[in-house]
Amino acid sequence: MTEILLFAIPALLIILGALIVVFAKNPVHNAMGLVLTLTSLAIVYISLNATFVAMVQMLVYAGAVMTLFLFVIMMIGVDKPEQSRKEIKGQTFLISGTLILLVSIIVYIGLENGLNWDLLFPESENAIEGTPSLLASSMFTSWVFPFEVISILLIVATTSALALAYEFKKSESND
Amino acid sequence: MSIDILISLIKPLLVLGIVLTNTIILIWLERKVVAGMQSRVGPDRAGPFGILQTLADAIKLLLKEQILPLRADKAMYLLAPIIALVPSFLIFMIIPLGPGFDLTIGEETRFINLVGADINVGVLFFLAISSLAVYSVVLAGWSSGSKYPLLGGVRASAQMISYEAAMGLSLVPVILYSGSMSMSKIVESQAGNLSSTIPVIDSIVRFIPNWNVFPQFLAFGIFFVASIAEVNRAPFDLVEAEQELVGGFHTEYSGFRFAMFFLAEYINMFNMCAITATFFLGGWLGPTFPGIFPPLLSAMMPTIWLGLKTVGLLFVYFWIRATLPRLRYDQLMELGWKRLIPISLIWLLVSAIVLGIRDFGLPWS
Repeated sequence: MTEILLFAIPALLIILGALIVVFAKNPVHNAMGLVLTLTSLAIVYISLNATFVAMVQMLVYAGAVMTLFLFVIMMIGVDKPEQSRKEIKGQTFLISGTLILLVSIIVYIGLENGLNWDLLFPESENAIEGTPSLLASSMFTSWVFPFEVISILLIVATTSALALAYEFKKSESND
Repeated sequence: MSIDILISLIKPLLVLGIVLTNTIILIWLERKVVAGMQSRVGPDRAGPFGILQTLADAIKLLLKEQILPLRADKAMYLLAPIIALVPSFLIFMIIPLGPGFDLTIGEETRFINLVGADINVGVLFFLAISSLAVYSVVLAGWSSGSKYPLLGGVRASAQMISYEAAMGLSLVPVILYSGSMSMSKIVESQAGNLSSTIPVIDSIVRFIPNWNVFPQFLAFGIFFVASIAEVNRAPFDLVEAEQELVGGFHTEYSGFRFAMFFLAEYINMFNMCAITATFFLGGWLGPTFPGIFPPLLSAMMPTIWLGLKTVGLLFVYFWIRATLPRLRYDQLMELGWKRLIPISLIWLLVSAIVLGIRDFGLPWS
């Protein structure tokens, strides 16, 4: 019962947030919808015993990234409702096709399992206590090379972004 | 089973009670302390020493008209004060208030640990929830549909992100040193006194408690500065800045919605001091005098110790507010990005190397 509640409420909130992201006219409302989705996703992670991933999700995405989004929206001042109503060619066809595909996948899975939905989560193999240390030990032993490569990639991306912005500013001040 | 549910229900209610009572006393204490430092009397009419002043203010705010600005974004305007309060209550849930005790009801015995939720990634939870607190300020500023709150909101988002980074980085050496991200384990790791393998140093430091503040003094400094900025207190209160921005992000709020922001600010301040005490000042650790004090008082001593440490830190907050002038905005950013973050990175590296040598020996030996 608790598991179903822990899944159902955040799942509904995720869908609600996603709908707000798509349908709200105001960019700030869109951003807050995304915050709702990301936070609810963190609750789903907690119910799956992945507390560490949940906290990092909250910290990085719901906390830092979305705050920067809001900052940019407010700084540039695009916080007005969108005026344009440009339609993508054949959007009705595309959307209805995707919806039909989605519904048929759900119906297919339901029929395959004889309409017997197993919503309960499987017993986790690792105790809750183990998640950060398990993650760390696999990240810093078997996957240490990809980990370091990604970190170098991120540093390169940051410095190049900085270099581009700084060069632009310098040439402006020389004029 | 029913006892467990009862315990889980009582804990949040207790937290609510403790937090609200604390806030009432805290606001009075701040006014008294700052008044004393400025040679004023402070509130002294309502109740003995004016201690009921906050209650009177709360009733006043409850009875006031709540104004909804014409150009406000209604949904976000109403949501912002709620977003301000929720994280502040959530953070209090992870602060360990004592070592825990066995409670026997009828035939069943339960171990009650004096912490709302003892999660094993408590430090990350604290950082995650405090990063959500910025939304209330940003949304309040933006949704008011007025220029001063908007400026306050934009300042808040930049300031809180900058200092969050420094705060998180200053906690990493503490996690390394304590070997855990659970708040209760961090407290337990600070038990006992300092020791050293060198006899001369050992004879001096053996009387100093093994609190993280001594080996991690630089992390403590960075965390303390960043925490003041994180709760938007003077000298980092550019978000509100009465002289420039009227009232900052809450200019357009009135009545109880303003009270919610006010409440959230003081709860955050209290939480931040309690968390600082937990991370660096040994949390609830302290002498309990089991033989000298009566048993009940002796059992309550850990919570009293935590309270004393927290109030001590809060006094420093008030002291700083009464002493230091507000930083200019570029100075604030420079302090965050060019001083605190590099220093905390270097300190992290130094701590990691020292701990590595302590645990694994020198690399060439």
